[in-house]
Amino acid sequence: MTYLKPKFHHPDLPKNKLGYTRKYYEGSLSTLCAGCGHDSISAAIVEACFELNIEPHKVAKMSGIGCSSKTPAYFLSNSHGFNSVHGRMPSVATGANLANRDLLYLGVSGDGDSASIGMGQFVHVIRRNLNMVYIVMNNGCYGLTKGQDSATADVGSKNKSGNINQFEGIDLCGLAIELGATFVAQSFSGDKAQLVPLLQAAMSHEGFALVNVLSPCVTFNNNTGSTKSYDYVREHLEATASVDFVPYAEEITTQYEEGETKSIQLHDGSWLELHKLAQGWNPEDKISAINALQNARKHHEILTGLIYLDTDNKELHDLMNTTDVPLNKLTQDVLCPGLEVLESINADLR
Amino acid sequence: MAKNKSKVNDLVVRFANVNGTGSASANYLFAKAVFRMGIPVSPKNIFPSNIQGLPTWYEVRISEKGYLGRRDGIDVMVSVNPQSFAKDIASVSSGGYFLYDSTKRLHSDLIRDDIHFIGIPLMEICIREYTDPRQRLLFKNIIYVGALSELLKIEFSVLEELIREQFSGKEKLIAPNLNALQLGIQYVKEHFPEQINFRLERRNLVGDAILMDGNTAAGLGAVYAGATVASWYPITPSTSLIEAFEDYCKQFRIDKETGKKNYAIVQAEDELAAIGMAIGANWNGARSFTATSGPGLSLMNEFLGIAYFSEIPVVLVDVQRAGPSTGMPTRTQQSDILNAAYCGHGDTKNILLFPSTPAECFEMVADAFDLSDSLQSPVLVMSDLDLGMNDHMSAPLKWNSDRKYKLGKVMTEKELDALPKYGRYLDVDDDGIPYRTIPGTHPTKGAYVTRGSSHDEYAAYTEDSPTYVRIVNRLLKKFDTAKKMVPKPEIIKSPQETKLGFLYFGTSAYASQEAKDFLAEHNIFVNAIRIKAFPFSKEVEAFIERHETIFVIEQNRDAQMRTLLINELDVNPKKLIKVLNYDGMPITANFIAKEISVDLKAHLYLSKESVSL
Repeated sequence: MTYLKPKFHHPDLPKNKLGYTRKYYEGSLSTLCAGCGHDSISAAIVEACFELNIEPHKVAKMSGIGCSSKTPAYFLSNSHGFNSVHGRMPSVATGANLANRDLLYLGVSGDGDSASIGMGQFVHVIRRNLNMVYIVMNNGCYGLTKGQDSATADVGSKNKSGNINQFEGIDLCGLAIELGATFVAQSFSGDKAQLVPLLQAAMSHEGFALVNVLSPCVTFNNNTGSTKSYDYVREHLEATASVDFVPYAEEITTQYEEGETKSIQLHDGSWLELHKLAQGWNPEDKISAINALQNARKHHEILTGLIYLDTDNKELHDLMNTTDVPLNKLTQDVLCPGLEVLESINADLR
Repeated sequence: MAKNKSKVNDLVVRFANVNGTGSASANYLFAKAVFRMGIPVSPKNIFPSNIQGLPTWYEVRISEKGYLGRRDGIDVMVSVNPQSFAKDIASVSSGGYFLYDSTKRLHSDLIRDDIHFIGIPLMEICIREYTDPRQRLLFKNIIYVGALSELLKIEFSVLEELIREQFSGKEKLIAPNLNALQLGIQYVKEHFPEQINFRLERRNLVGDAILMDGNTAAGLGAVYAGATVASWYPITPSTSLIEAFEDYCKQFRIDKETGKKNYAIVQAEDELAAIGMAIGANWNGARSFTATSGPGLSLMNEFLGIAYFSEIPVVLVDVQRAGPSTGMPTRTQQSDILNAAYCGHGDTKNILLFPSTPAECFEMVADAFDLSDSLQSPVLVMSDLDLGMNDHMSAPLKWNSDRKYKLGKVMTEKELDALPKYGRYLDVDDDGIPYRTIPGTHPTKGAYVTRGSSHDEYAAYTEDSPTYVRIVNRLLKKFDTAKKMVPKPEIIKSPQETKLGFLYFGTSAYASQEAKDFLAEHNIFVNAIRIKAFPFSKEVEAFIERHETIFVIEQNRDAQMRTLLINELDVNPKKLIKVLNYDGMPITANFIAKEISVDLKAHLYLSKESVSL
């Protein structure tokens, strides 16, 4: 293949606390269209992992099928990935997580993969509060099959062939809150400054974290009349707040005037700082969050930032009371009851 | 009235009950008592897809000769369900007995003069003896067991012992149950003192056998095999397999110090998610499985394909039921064979195991994990409703204390360190089986993207034709390797030289073996082979080669095993004669013998006289 990245790099590239450069977190060269929003999201994932000092081999990249689901090849080449079956990434991620609770699970999906064929699994993985980051690269269309409308396309949005979508668009964030998601954020592929700290917070969150990222499709859904084009999204963005992520044990350095900032501490001790928070808006209150989403929808605004966060939750392993040791580390001596037990079972059956 | 000579330890008793009235444990008490008297016994539930109200039957075959398949002909019918009286009376063999609740008079239209009627006023006795309506209902069942045991001369001490075992910990219930048994016994002593034409006598014929259902054995097999993740979706008749797994996990897999679980069971949203989770867990290095039946297997098709192509172990137990579509969910069949063997679009071949007994359910589920890990491929254990949900007299469960899990070719951190370049799909050992890595093993080596799309030896996406062909051909080579690893068939040679063969598998074995003996009594001799696995090993090929005509006995309409044999081994189809039972009831020896005799006549292998069966 021609898609090879040069191996050489500047010898003085900055390193993180683990001694890895940003380059170490990259993947192979993307085969997506030039200007695809998804590549910006991949870059944001690289940045977030680099800054969070995450060991790449402690990450599992999970995806379904579609343009978005190809991206795990384009970031974290030192992590295992699983480009699974269309719409079924949540179940594969669930099984993987059950086998080893110690890894960080980064799920990548698209609007077709999550909101149509995979809606059933999307719903149930949220219900179970699986400890994972679920990134939707949302462009309102099916890129790989040349631009059909997806279920997140807004009513009245015009696609490249000039068809006006007649059906209600599914709001993944609102739905996720409804289903009990414990971390819900929305962002735009073109807003790296917001996306990186949101991803970092999602990675630090214990429980299910949805990051729905509007990621325009330059080839099939970037036309006038589309509500998922670069121009439309930029014009209709309504940031709930500017977001800072402060890792555990680091000092908060930026100064803001009192009253403007809301700080939320995550499970691992890190902080999420929301500055210039929109009026009448509390991301720790479900009703308030849903109201804000509904209002934004009514006014054709795209709400971005942290939408909802519940830090007081139990993830699937805690709900099921599984052992702290990853199940894939348990050995035969612990797992197999042995011959003597079997003899007594036999005796009971006589 | 017809008179039969008294038969010892050779009869079929059928109980006709209303679903949901607590009859199951009473009927089981009867079967277990026969077993405890050392007599081979084979009980079968014939139940509706219903929770309460519809007719349900429990059929117990008792066979001194040790035949455990179903047998046609009902010798004693115990009917406490007026809904099915007409059908039940009609189904009794001439000379047989109809034991019924005579509280209400039997309609004269129903009377047959070639069978015996034994009326016991069960409800009347219950109303007299008990005030609580629930007790009236439950003890009615125990009273008829008492009556039947007196008619057939079951030792009371055996029943007493079983009652004591059943209610150990709830001792208060022992006396009332024994009392109910006595009510039935006394009524028979007073009203039917004559010996009936069937009776039971203590024998020593069961040895160290156990009485167990296949689903429980399979669930326990998964515990022994070290399965830690089970994901499933409820479907008859596989549900009780996962329930058994959970019950045994609660006993043996709770960490004593922390009280936490060394296992995880997820009831998934559907079968797609169930298999997806099992594949995800196996990919991540935990032994994981799912259990399902026909409709679920259809849904798992796509996922089995990715497990095959991207080489991820996964174990699936298919407890088959009558299809197609929803079919008859509470009736048995062996009709998922072809779907299972080739499950997955494109060129896909899966490894199948065919257990015949609960002991084999246990063993083959454990083997399935070793095979699946060793071959990095799905392994499907093909049970069925008859095996899974009915109690079977079986050899005891076996576990070799030296047995070590075979986890297959999994790279350790050290091994990766020593390697210049790792290739996930490289055929290093020339057996078609590559080396896999588990996520999280090594900081810089061994990571790759698992995918269902075409990939090269280093797991990179490719549309290069020669590379694609190389990879799918290696999968065939791996399938060849599997032939040497799967369980070998069981071959039973006739003492006489013969060119006739029987080929069967799974629960068709019981009736086939009985039919073989029956034919031998009529001077028709056959060699037999019981298939235990797909791909077919060379022993299967050789057996077919050696015989002129082979009767392929199976429980589906389309002769699926025969098709598989023809397709995989290039057998001349004319050699393989179909013997097919697909009415949803377990196949009988009588059916096999009849089918074969017709065929033998048609093919002029034998004169008409010698096959008057």
